[in-house]
Amino acid sequence: MSPLLHVDNITKRFGGFVALDGIDLEVQPGERLGLIGPNGSGKSTLVNCICGTLQNETGRVQFDGQKLDGLAAHQRTHRGVARSFQLPRPFHSMNLVDNLRIPLLYTVHARVGPLRSTGDLDARCLELLEMVGLAKKATQMPRDLTQVEMRKLELARAVAAEPKLLIADESMAGLSHSEVNDILALLLRLNERGITIILIEHIMSAVMSFSQRLAVLVSGKKIADGKPEDVVRDPEVVRAYIGQ
Amino acid sequence: MNRVNTAKFALITIAVGALVMAFAHWMHVDYLYFASYTILQFIVLATAWNILGGYCGYVNFGSAAFFAMGAYSSVFIHKFHPLPVPVLIVIGGIVSGMVGFGMGYLTLRLRGSFFAIATLALAVVLQTLVVNWDFVGGSRGAYIIRPEELEFAGITVNYIEYLFALMLLLTVIALVTARTIERSQLGFGFATIRDDELAAEASGVPTLRLKLIATSLSGAFMGMAGAPFPYYIGYLQPSSAFGLEYAVNSIAMPMIGGTTSWVGPLVGAVLLGSAQQYATVTISSAVNLLIVGLMLVAFVIIAPNGLVGLVQERLRAWRRPS
Repeated sequence: MSPLLHVDNITKRFGGFVALDGIDLEVQPGERLGLIGPNGSGKSTLVNCICGTLQNETGRVQFDGQKLDGLAAHQRTHRGVARSFQLPRPFHSMNLVDNLRIPLLYTVHARVGPLRSTGDLDARCLELLEMVGLAKKATQMPRDLTQVEMRKLELARAVAAEPKLLIADESMAGLSHSEVNDILALLLRLNERGITIILIEHIMSAVMSFSQRLAVLVSGKKIADGKPEDVVRDPEVVRAYIGQ
Repeated sequence: MNRVNTAKFALITIAVGALVMAFAHWMHVDYLYFASYTILQFIVLATAWNILGGYCGYVNFGSAAFFAMGAYSSVFIHKFHPLPVPVLIVIGGIVSGMVGFGMGYLTLRLRGSFFAIATLALAVVLQTLVVNWDFVGGSRGAYIIRPEELEFAGITVNYIEYLFALMLLLTVIALVTARTIERSQLGFGFATIRDDELAAEASGVPTLRLKLIATSLSGAFMGMAGAPFPYYIGYLQPSSAFGLEYAVNSIAMPMIGGTTSWVGPLVGAVLLGSAQQYATVTISSAVNLLIVGLMLVAFVIIAPNGLVGLVQERLRAWRRPS
């Protein structure tokens, strides 16, 4: 099977600092990949290079058989890459329904043509809010939400774009145990619907129970990639995390 | 939310405009036309500013430059061959729209105060160009002798009334455009740019394209407001066309009225414009900018979201307990 996402030897520098150093990564359709690494190891930079927020200097990013390099972020979203942000970035001046309306108007419409009527749009927004358990707050503003609700909104907005690949960038950081399980269950449900997911996370229990495969970044290099049980026993990974 | 459709809204604004026109005609006071023309011009400027500043959150300090480009394109064309004013309005709109597009393209990576400074710089550069361009009068300025009256299908119309009617029509077009944008996909896109550009891109909004649409549209309306100005004033010089009052008023009016809807700039321009006209007659024209300054300070403290925002807040607070 050809991979859904193929990252080939990409490098990203910020001035003299090498944030990503020749990263290779493949993700198969339908897969659940966990991406871990200490703070500053380049996880978010990698996400930004895949999503087009940053442009990589060398190497290639292929998605669904097409080259993504040089495309703007919104064009990549149109092709089916969606992401949630590490710190939730809702549209502050819009209520929850309108927050979800944006990807529907700009991405789903761009892909399938403007078929939906206003009523259909509203119904779809509510359906998405229902999925993340926020339907009761549909007309409230993002500032009225709690942390965990904000993360759910962030995920719902990414899913609204009907992506093939969802990259969840630390969607669980700072949440309580039960809240983490909430988000995990949500991500698993999305995966069952056929969405490929890359999960970036520090909470190891969550990563271990979610991921089918685990990749580890340290100082801009990928040092391990494989079955989660094997990867966490890898001496190099242990050294990176715990030190010698 | 009320469900008045665009056609109905256009008819309503045209009807209100016709009423204003009829009232002014009936009063038979030329000054009324003069004063109202200025206020209408500010409604157009404030609405145009708000398309970029209010909807997209990009503060433009160079409104005067766009206004002046419209005015000077009229002067330029008048020197060759006088054309009817409606044609000049279209040309002024195209010229300033292109300047807006250029500005958008050059400054697309700038945000916040950096963008504002760049627009201010653009105004200074354009003013310097005009001051040194002899063909349109240079620093001496240019005279345009407008006819007293206009023959129009056998009817003679007072020229000031004619200019007033044109500005009234332009105001209607500007308001209808702003309101239509607000409720469209474009309006939602603009709002995402104001809220968070990174999140907007991630949701599939082509932010660059939308920003260019906003700068072009906003610039075009400012140019259209400026195109009839030389005919109205009779004598155009760089310092009046690039005047500080245009830049300041087109920011202050939407701020005072409220930037999130088309009503804000309208309310702000009528309120501030009338106050300025009143002060010009009763005290002196130099007080104008002082009034703007004081009102802006007052509103930033009392009603940071403008009059519209204040009313909305009150309504929400009033409805909540029930």
